[in-house]
Amino acid sequence: MNKWVWVGLAISLAVAAVLSPFASSWPDGLERVAEDLGFDELAIEAPAVSSPIPDYLVPGISSEGLATSLAGIIGTILVFGIALGLAKVVGERRG
Amino acid sequence: MHIPDGFLDTKTWSSLAVASGAVMAVALSGKAKRISEEQVPLMGIAAAFIFAAQMINLPVAGGTSGHFMGAMLAAILLGPWAAFLIMATVLIVQCLVFQDGGLLALGANIFNMGVVAVGSGWLVYNLVRRFMASEKWWRIGSFGGAWVSIVLSAAVVAVELSLSGAVALKQALPAMVGVHTIIGIVEGVITLAVLEFIHKVRPDLLALGGAADE
Repeated sequence: MNKWVWVGLAISLAVAAVLSPFASSWPDGLERVAEDLGFDELAIEAPAVSSPIPDYLVPGISSEGLATSLAGIIGTILVFGIALGLAKVVGERRG
Repeated sequence: MHIPDGFLDTKTWSSLAVASGAVMAVALSGKAKRISEEQVPLMGIAAAFIFAAQMINLPVAGGTSGHFMGAMLAAILLGPWAAFLIMATVLIVQCLVFQDGGLLALGANIFNMGVVAVGSGWLVYNLVRRFMASEKWWRIGSFGGAWVSIVLSAAVVAVELSLSGAVALKQALPAMVGVHTIIGIVEGVITLAVLEFIHKVRPDLLALGGAADE
């Protein structure tokens, strides 16, 4: 498994870092429906709790592509770590 | 499909938060089926890949984009309980770290993309496994399950919006289902492509024995 953990993580990081700056900025399905049906103004833009990396852009980086790539890398590693921890909780133990 | 704050009223988001919390409690308890020791790293990888892939919005139709959700893929790789935990992990990080999806709506988003998408996809996948007498069943089952997971969770979002008084169901339901019919096809294609890749390099990770295997 060991080698494949690195392969899987490398693929995920590549997607997050390399492809993310090219993602479409068009509204997604729900946003499109909200705009078309006129309830998009109900959305509260001001967050109840401020996020460290709002909108997948690491603050303080002038290049938007780079800020997005870094956000992707940070998020991918964070999610990997949390899910791995959860997996140990819900995984069988030997012996 | 991440619902922002403001779309759902208090009774709707709070009920869905309780429902998701209850499923989370079962998923983390001894009652849910455990993943094997060998699957532990796979759960980390699956979650990381799904987070990364969810960043990639692809243009679909008429100025609309959609991204991969991954509920069906996670369920096929690790079973529905672990898939729920993967979706919840991704959604919690997206909400708290990246301000994607509302904080009050977090329980609703976990319900829609964790409970509804994983549950409906898993059901379709297993129905195909049970009734299709062909070695190709898993391709049909994973594509069909992925498509249903998107379309049904979109329909559930429409119901939640109408229960909240944001929009009438007769408007929201056809609009949400319509656009997600196309996004569901993208979901099916990506799910199948990832499974084909895994089938090629690590077929042992997929339990594709068909009806006899269960």
